[in-house]
Order: sequence, then C-alpha cells, then structure tokens
Amino acid sequence: MSEINVQRRQFLKMSMGVAAVAIAPGVFLFDMAHGKADANKVRWGMLIETANCAEGCNDCVTACNTENGLSGGVSSTDSQWIRKIEIKDISTGRETSLPMMCQHCEHPPCVDVCPTGASFKRADGIVLVDKHLCIGCRYCIMACPYKARSFVHEPLQNQNPDVPRGKGTVESCTMCVHRIDQGKQPACAEACPNKSILFGNLNDPDSEIATRIRTVASAQVRADLGLNPGVRYQGL
Amino acid sequence: MLRLLSILAVLCLCIPAYATESSAVPKLDIGKGGECVKEPQWMRKNHMHLLTHQRDEVVHKGIRDEKISLKNCIECHASTKDDSVIARDDSFCVACHRYEAVKLDCFECHSGERKSAWLKRNSK
Repeated sequence: MSEINVQRRQFLKMSMGVAAVAIAPGVFLFDMAHGKADANKVRWGMLIETANCAEGCNDCVTACNTENGLSGGVSSTDSQWIRKIEIKDISTGRETSLPMMCQHCEHPPCVDVCPTGASFKRADGIVLVDKHLCIGCRYCIMACPYKARSFVHEPLQNQNPDVPRGKGTVESCTMCVHRIDQGKQPACAEACPNKSILFGNLNDPDSEIATRIRTVASAQVRADLGLNPGVRYQGL
Repeated sequence: MLRLLSILAVLCLCIPAYATESSAVPKLDIGKGGECVKEPQWMRKNHMHLLTHQRDEVVHKGIRDEKISLKNCIECHASTKDDSVIARDDSFCVACHRYEAVKLDCFECHSGERKSAWLKRNSK
C-alpha cells in the first residue's frame, strides 16, 4: 500500500471522529415535529361558556377584526377568523349562540394535507400557517371540518405590524399568537363582555381552564373525528 | 496611429468616470439609523440571512428576538418624514433593492410602517 493511501485513510478516520464528536452532544440533525420535547408543558386552549354567550353580541368578532386587521366583511371572499353562530336543537327548540373559529386540534387535518409544510402545529398546540411557505392551494380549507380557514383574495395594505397578512395565502385564527408570546390574552377573550371565553394552559393542572374542564361538563365540537381540539364548549 | 492613440486617451479618461459611477451608493433615507446589530457593510451583505433565520424562529418556535426582527429594523430605519421603509423611491429598503434589481416581496404581507405610527393612526 502506498504512503499516500495510508495518509488518506488516516485523514478519513480522523475527520469521521471529529464529525462524530461535533454532532454527538444532543444535536439533532433535523427538527422533528417542531420541538415535541416540551409539548407536555404548555397547550394553549379555550373554554367557551355558551350559556353566557349572548345572542346578537359580536364583540369577540369585532375585537378579532381590529386586532388582526381584518375588513369585517362577511362575503365569501372576506377573511373571517372567528364567526358567531346560532344553533337550534330542533327537537327541543333550545337555542345556543357560540363563537366558532380554528379549534387548534391536536391532530389537525389541515397540517396533514398541506403539501409544503406551511400549515403546522406549534409546540404549544397553536395551529398556524407559515405564509412564507404557503402556496395558496387551499387544501387545508377543504380539510378543515370547522370551516375555520380563509383565503386572501385581494392585495392588502396597512396591515398590523404584528400580524402580517397577504394575498395568495391561507389564514385563520392564530389564537393571537403575537399577544400570547407577550404574555397577553387573545383579543376575543379579553373583549368578551360576559367573560364567556376562558383562555389558558390546558396542560397546567393548576390553571383556571384546567380546573374548570376537570369540574364541569364540556364538549368538543365533532369529537367523533378524534382531532382533540384545544377549544372546548360548555353547555353545548 | 495618431487616431488610435487619441481613442485610447479618450478611453483612459472614461475609466475613472465609469469607476466612480459604479461605486456610487444609492442615496437613501436611513431614518434614525444607528448601528444596533452589526456594521453597515456587513448588514448590506447579510441582512437577508438574519431575517430569514429570524422568521423561521419566530413563526415556528415563537422565539421573538426583538433585536433582529423586521419590525425592529423598521422602527429605526423608517423615514422620519413618512414613517415608512417603502413609501418613496429613496426609502430605506426600496432605494437599494431598486439599485440592485432585487425584488422586495417582504412588504406584500408585512407592514413597512413604524409600529408607533400605525398605532397612532389606528387608535383614532
């Protein structure tokens, strides 16, 4: 064996060793499912008390529109992140009013169908659209059983500096992620005059929301789909 | 021969003129300016990498490093006249990007306006 080949082998061995040492201390080569390590610490969720939610009251919707810079229009091409809906049990005649928005599922179908990875779930359970990656195919709009997502059809101006929005991308309730990251409540929860929207950490056993869902009956909309939404309704 | 020499002389005279023109930096309104991340020449070359890295950290992990956020850049570099980095031909972002012919698509979604100015206008 020539001297050159021996050196080459030694060099390769050494560089492999150096690479192994560099990678070894807990460095992941690729990021799997967005930081699942601390997934158990925080899961943001909401509990909506439908008994207090007044029929005809639209304050949560208005607050959402103002906070996120939505036009407030309700035509098929306007973005609506939260809607007030009135439902009626035909057999009993009982009427209920409730807000409906992205339910921030544990197993979100919008994330499953997204071809670019734009639709994703944050480690703290908030389901978001990364608009840098969104190509506007709208598969997620089709996949969502709650009709929670909207598509931006027209160019926009004068966006809230904290809430970038633009033509050609899909958007939905972000649970006011920019406010949560500052330690604030979502705009709708803060605006509700009857305190019907309780926001908090579902995974913290001492939080108000965790105590409430432990003690009172609450339901998930379309629980049969097994998506485990982070938004729960009381008195539905 | 004489003609050739005269042409060469003219060309030689042209070179310095051309050289100064190409090294001219576009005139832009730097707003308040200042140096909070790195020195200007480094930033001219690398700001896009910082912004791309920052955007993924913020959107996916919620790590909001205010110092290198687009919003913070705008806070200092928006014009003191119209509170914007994109409103005019000599605005901070537009002037260079136009000069370098690099498409600037951040502001199709992001606001190019200083947050304080936006708040002032939208709280009325």
